[in-house]
Amino acid sequence: MAIAIESKRSGKRRVLGWLLAGRKDRIITTGNLLLMCLPALAMLLVFNYLPMFGLVIAFKDYRFAKGIFGSEWVGFNNFRFIFGGAGTGWRIVWHTVFYNLIFIFTGLVGSLALAFLINEVHTTRASRVYQAMAFLPHFVSWVVVGIFANGFLRYDGGIVNKLLISLGREPLYFYQSPSYWPYILAVVNLWKGVGFGSITYMAGMMGIDDEYYEAAQIDGANRWQQIRYITLPLLVPLIITVTLLSLGGIFRGNLEMFQMMIGTNPLLYSTTDIIDTFVFRSLLTLGSLGLASAAGFFQSVVGLVMIVATNWLVRTINRERALY
Amino acid sequence: MIQAQAQQIAPRARRRKRFSIGKALIHVVLAVVGFLCVMPMLLVISTSFSDDLVVAQKGLSLLPQGFTTFTYEFILSSPAQLLRAYGLTMFVTATGTAGGILVSALIGYALAHPEFKLRGLFVFIVVFTMLFNGGMVPTYLVVRGMLGLHDNVLALILPTMIIPWYIMMFRSHFASLPHEIMESAKIDGAGEWRMFFQIAMPLSRPWLATIGLMYILKYWNEWIPAMMYIEDHRLFPLQYLLQQIVRNAQFLRSVRTAMTTQVAIPGLSLQMAMVVIAAGPAMFVFMFLQKYFVRGLTAGAVKG
Repeated sequence: MAIAIESKRSGKRRVLGWLLAGRKDRIITTGNLLLMCLPALAMLLVFNYLPMFGLVIAFKDYRFAKGIFGSEWVGFNNFRFIFGGAGTGWRIVWHTVFYNLIFIFTGLVGSLALAFLINEVHTTRASRVYQAMAFLPHFVSWVVVGIFANGFLRYDGGIVNKLLISLGREPLYFYQSPSYWPYILAVVNLWKGVGFGSITYMAGMMGIDDEYYEAAQIDGANRWQQIRYITLPLLVPLIITVTLLSLGGIFRGNLEMFQMMIGTNPLLYSTTDIIDTFVFRSLLTLGSLGLASAAGFFQSVVGLVMIVATNWLVRTINRERALY
Repeated sequence: MIQAQAQQIAPRARRRKRFSIGKALIHVVLAVVGFLCVMPMLLVISTSFSDDLVVAQKGLSLLPQGFTTFTYEFILSSPAQLLRAYGLTMFVTATGTAGGILVSALIGYALAHPEFKLRGLFVFIVVFTMLFNGGMVPTYLVVRGMLGLHDNVLALILPTMIIPWYIMMFRSHFASLPHEIMESAKIDGAGEWRMFFQIAMPLSRPWLATIGLMYILKYWNEWIPAMMYIEDHRLFPLQYLLQQIVRNAQFLRSVRTAMTTQVAIPGLSLQMAMVVIAAGPAMFVFMFLQKYFVRGLTAGAVKG
C-alpha cells in the first residue's frame, strides 16, 4: 500500500517534471512576450479603448459635474437636434465628404502627373532637385501653412491681391467670401501633398520591368504610347488601391488644415465647416457637447463602415496593400 | 538593327544623350512646379528681412524690400519665450519619439514572434484602433477628466504616442529578419529581451531611423493637443506659440510692454521672422533626411 502511494507520487512528479521541462521555456517566452506587449496595450486601452466607451455620451445630456456615467440618458435627442430641420449636421457631413472627394481627385491627378514627369527625366541630377522641392511642403506644419496662406490671400498687401491690382482688377476679400474656399483649400491641399503623393506612384513605376519598354521600343512605340499602353495600365491596380484606402477615410476631415486655414472665422463656415472643426469648436468653446458628440458618434460609426468596406475591396484586389 | 541592339543593351543611357524638345519642356514644367512648391518659403524669408513700413505700404513681395535684419535683432533681444518653447518642443519630441519607438518596437517584436499564441488577438486589438475611435470629445474627457492631464507636459506626449501603423511596420520588419540568426541566438541561451535589444534592434537601424523621423516630424509639428490640454503659456510648444503670436495681436502688445526701448513694433515682418526662426531649422534638417521618409512611404508596398 505504502509502496503504491510512493510510486504514485513519484509518477505524478515525473509527469509534472516532464510537463515543465517541455513547457518551461515556452511559458517563460510567452511571459516575456506578454510583458513586451504590455506598455503598448496599456496605452491603447487608456487612449483608444476607454474613449470608445465615452461614445455613449452622444445619447446623454452631458454635464461636466455629473460625468459620463452620471449624466442623464436622452435617447436620440442630440441626433434629432443636429440632423433635424435647422441643425448643421448634414451640412458638416456633406462638407467633410465633399472636400475629401476633391482632395482625393486632385491629389490623384496631381501626384500621377508629377510622377510621370519626374520619371521621364529620372536619370538626370535635376530630377532629384525637383523631387526634393516638391517634397518640401510635406515638412511644413499646418500652422505655418496657415501663415503662408494669409500672406497670399490677405486683403492689404497679399500676393494674390497685388497681382489682381497689377492686372487692373479689384482686390478680393478672401477671408469674407466663402465661395472661393473650396478652390483655395484644394490648391493648398495639393501643394502640401503632391510631392509626397507622387512617391508612391514613382515607386510603382520603378517596379515596372524594363523589358516591356524595350519590347515596345523595338515595335516602334514612342514615349507617349509607352506611357499610355504600358505604364498607365500597369499602375491601375495601385491607383485603385490607393484611392480606395483614401475613400475609407472619407468621413474623417483634416482638422489641422481646416483649423489653421479657416480658424474660427464664422463668415466662412457656410462652405468650410466640417465634422472635425465643428466638434473641436464645441469642445474648446464649451458649446454643446451633446451635439458635438452626436456628430462625433456619427463620424466614428459611419467611418468604421467605410473603412471596413473599402478595405474588403482592397483585399480582393491587392492583399498586400490592405490595412489588415 | 544595330541601333535596336544598342537600345536594348542600354536604353536609359541612350535616352539621356539625345536632346529633345519634349524633354526640355518637361524640365521647364518641373522647374515651375518646384518653384511653386518652395515659393511660400521664399515669401516668408524675404518679408522677414524687409522694412516693415515698406511692407505695410507696398504689400508682400518675393524679394526683400528695404533690406534689414531689424526683426531678427528684435526677436533675439528677448528670446526667453521662444527659447522655452524650443526647449519644451525638443523635450516633447525626444521623449515622445524614444518612447514611441521603444513601445511600438517591443509589441511589434512580440507580434512577429512565431511562438506567441496571443498574436492574433493582439494584432486585432492594435488594428481595430485604426478602424474605429471614440473621437475627440470622449478622448478629451478621458485625458483631461479621468487622467487629469491639464497643463501637463505628458498631455503633449502620451495621447498620440501609439500609432498602430508604425506597430505594424515594426511587426512586418521583425518578421522578415532571418530565422537562422534568431535560432542560433536562442541555442546560445539568449532570452527574448536579450534577443530584442542585442539582435533584433541593431539589425533594424534603417527602420528605426525611418519610424523615428516620422515620429519626430509628427511631434515637432503637432499643436492640437496643446490647444486641447494646455493653457499655461510657459508650456506652449513651438507650433502653438507661433500660432498664438501670429493670431494674437494681444501677444504682440505684451511683448511691446516687455520691451523697455522705444522702437517701433514691426508687424508682418516680425511675424515672418518668427516663422523663420521657429520653423526654419527643423525644415532644413528634414529636407536632408528625405530618403528616410520616402522609405517609410514605400514600405506599404512590401508590407507582409
